Amino acid sequence: MYSYLLPEFTIERSEDKCIRCRVCERQCANKVHEYDEDLNKIFSSNELCVGCQRCVALCPTNALYVHPRVYDYRPNSSWTRDKVQNLKKQAETGGVILTGSGNDKPYRIYWDHLVLNASQVTNPSIDPLREPMELKTFLGRKPDTLEITFEEGKASLKSQLNPNVPIKTPLVFSAMSYGAISYQAYKSLAMAAKEFGTLFNTGEGGLPEHMREEFGGNAIVQCASGRFGVDSDYLNSAQIIEIKIGQGAKPGIGGHLPGEKVSANIAETRMIPMGTDALSPAPQHDIYSIEDLSMLIYALKEATNYEKPVSVKIAAVHNVAAIASGIVRAGADIVAIDGIRGGTGAAPLATRDNVGIPMELALAAVDKRLREEGIRHKCSVLAAGGIRCSADAIKAIALGADAVYIGTAALVAMGCTLCHKCYTGKCNWGICTQDPFLTKRLNPEITSQKLVNLLKGWSHEIQEMLGGMGINAIESLRGNREHLRGVGLEEWELNVLGVKGAGE
Amino acid sequence: MLVQKHFESDRFIPDKEMDACGLFGVMNTKGEKFGGSMAINAIKNMKVRGSGLGGGFAIYGLYPEYKEYYALHIMYQNKNLDAKRRVEAFLKEHFYVVYDEEIPTNPDVALFFPPIVWRYYVAPQKKSEDQAIPDDEYVVTRVMYLNTNVDDAYVFSSGKDVGVFKGVGFPEEIADYFMLDKLYQGYIWTVHSRFPTNTPGWWGGAHPFNILDWTVVHNGEISSYGTNRRYLEMHNYYCTLHTDTEVLAYAVDLLMRRQNLPIEIVSKIFAPPMWDAIEQMNENDKKLFTALRMTYAPLLMNGPFTVIIAHHNEMIGLTDRIRLRPITAGAKGDFVFLSSEEASIRAVCPDLEIAWTPPGGEPVVVRMNSQDHLLSVKKSI
Repeated sequence: MYSYLLPEFTIERSEDKCIRCRVCERQCANKVHEYDEDLNKIFSSNELCVGCQRCVALCPTNALYVHPRVYDYRPNSSWTRDKVQNLKKQAETGGVILTGSGNDKPYRIYWDHLVLNASQVTNPSIDPLREPMELKTFLGRKPDTLEITFEEGKASLKSQLNPNVPIKTPLVFSAMSYGAISYQAYKSLAMAAKEFGTLFNTGEGGLPEHMREEFGGNAIVQCASGRFGVDSDYLNSAQIIEIKIGQGAKPGIGGHLPGEKVSANIAETRMIPMGTDALSPAPQHDIYSIEDLSMLIYALKEATNYEKPVSVKIAAVHNVAAIASGIVRAGADIVAIDGIRGGTGAAPLATRDNVGIPMELALAAVDKRLREEGIRHKCSVLAAGGIRCSADAIKAIALGADAVYIGTAALVAMGCTLCHKCYTGKCNWGICTQDPFLTKRLNPEITSQKLVNLLKGWSHEIQEMLGGMGINAIESLRGNREHLRGVGLEEWELNVLGVKGAGE
Repeated sequence: MLVQKHFESDRFIPDKEMDACGLFGVMNTKGEKFGGSMAINAIKNMKVRGSGLGGGFAIYGLYPEYKEYYALHIMYQNKNLDAKRRVEAFLKEHFYVVYDEEIPTNPDVALFFPPIVWRYYVAPQKKSEDQAIPDDEYVVTRVMYLNTNVDDAYVFSSGKDVGVFKGVGFPEEIADYFMLDKLYQGYIWTVHSRFPTNTPGWWGGAHPFNILDWTVVHNGEISSYGTNRRYLEMHNYYCTLHTDTEVLAYAVDLLMRRQNLPIEIVSKIFAPPMWDAIEQMNENDKKLFTALRMTYAPLLMNGPFTVIIAHHNEMIGLTDRIRLRPITAGAKGDFVFLSSEEASIRAVCPDLEIAWTPPGGEPVVVRMNSQDHLLSVKKSI
């Protein structure tokens, strides 16, 4: 433990309510609570607590109260508590400060400054409970035009189409790899995607062989810089193949799954020896340029007989629009953009909190650029990073996304409380850990239902808002910025978003 | 291809206009020409559907003596003679103008700030680098140039043997002003009466909208306007007027003229069947309709609309896929009618043989020398 660090949380226990059942002790992988038999009393170590609220949620008598400890040092707007604490940690170790989950810094969240339109008088709003309200979306490259033949007045399609993958709702689970998250969490995502008719993303950790037949039809498989678990069968088992160039939480750097997390199953899935570190290099070492990317895109298409769309996922960085345009021209069918608030299992704090740009601005810029170049229809755009609710998702679609990736929201639905300690491997909620004692806390049968409910609830809400705008198919909102207005934004921000101010 | 005006941000694009309206169209399927009394009286019968802020007519078979030439109807707002000089200099450079004159008007009809309206019969004067460009494409580009670059000048219509007369006023006033009933005959007449919700109306903003020989009259508010407009911009159609109708007109031009799709297919792009219905179709149709919806998703016209589209030898009526705005069809002998209201058809043709209401998304296609319009009868409501 670090010396001279102040605890981040305070644990209060009502002794009169506590029945000494020791649930808190068993539930905490950080060993915060300890029962003393002689005194028949439970002691708690504040300094070990990460504030994940597992013990609070499971305490049968509501005896526990865990809350952030107020700033103890002299108040200072510049030298905030986390700055001071991080300095002390680094002074002791000389290491890089790690963190997990998404950026928690108060960068402007544009979703909260955009409002939606609704119909009044001149066009009727549509009630989704009484009339069809279509959310079906196709991911992939669309042709410029269609060739149709007529025989005895009967029209038939002549054109050969590029592969497109239909999803029932424009919500897709983001890349979270087996290894970063537990098998139970991973399987829950797969089950929910299958049940609802959407997709989950395997991340870069492979897709276990025994899951391929059942869940391959709902899988986006990743081919990332570590190439873990990539072989022909893996690629062909999926619906979409995604080349991962970057991640919103850590643009420009790779990943590192420590050897202690690489169990037998993970080793087999990733095709690496058990117990070895799984290192994903920062770049893909066969992609140092756009033409290299093009070669990989077509190599993957060759490997799958041109039957699957290929996606390229990038972190939202300063010149994201030009990069996205290059990606489409390089042959990608889908461009996924991951913004600065995207999540991660582990990342250097300095990178997570300071590198990249907000997804809203990146998305608007990419959509505009692709339209200006006349190639918007040649790809689908997937927006990722900080989609918290259905309203964020529908606003992303109005800004130009075809569908959104949801990662953190899905984790929260499974139990995550955003304690940001994913990198420790001690997730008390059984999500971001490989400890069998912890992972068995998730039952995929139950957890997948929570995820299905999330998709269902959001889809209903999107339908309600869509109907309110007098639109009965999601494609008619895509890029339809007329239905957005900005509130409390500066002029340059409105210009980048391509959205008028409220009342304008 | 076309002139594209560049805005730094989508934010600066003006709001679109919203309006509700009355529509009427009549065609003689043998191609026999007739005067304007039916169109004028029918639209008069739907007076409440307009507000006197816009009315107009499109007439096909209008200029038989000049039918080899593009007939440009150009209006000069605020009687701006400088705009006229600029336009004429441009025409001289890019076209052979075989004849031009002011469109005659009735001085006894007082309208709201009437512009000068001139007509020119022209043929393309192509430079060597333009030789490969088809005539139609050449004309469209020049029309777009005039509309976007010359203030106070606006091309009402640009087709061969067709013309648009429109302005601010009730349609019967516009008809009187241009003396349509006295001077002109055609085998298709479409007419529009406008009830704008958010703009006072200007002469160029009245319907019909025209590009080459395509005209569109439209009633509705297309909620997917932003999506449609952006897709059309990708194909170099720049929407100068910011009305739903303009979007429809350009979409028709893109799909029917440039991509050569028949209206039966185009109507399923504008007003496609629901996914639930597509799933029930046979394999051939399922494949076709899925591809159509997938490919042309940005051209789905979402929200209430009724439209009458016309070009030579064809007049088409279509309403949105959940039929939020009405359309009625009727026929007697060689005459086929499309209208917002059945009453107005009966007002001008009391002994109508058949009247029917097509369902949402089902086009009524009236073709020269054919009975195709009756195909929608058995699906009618």
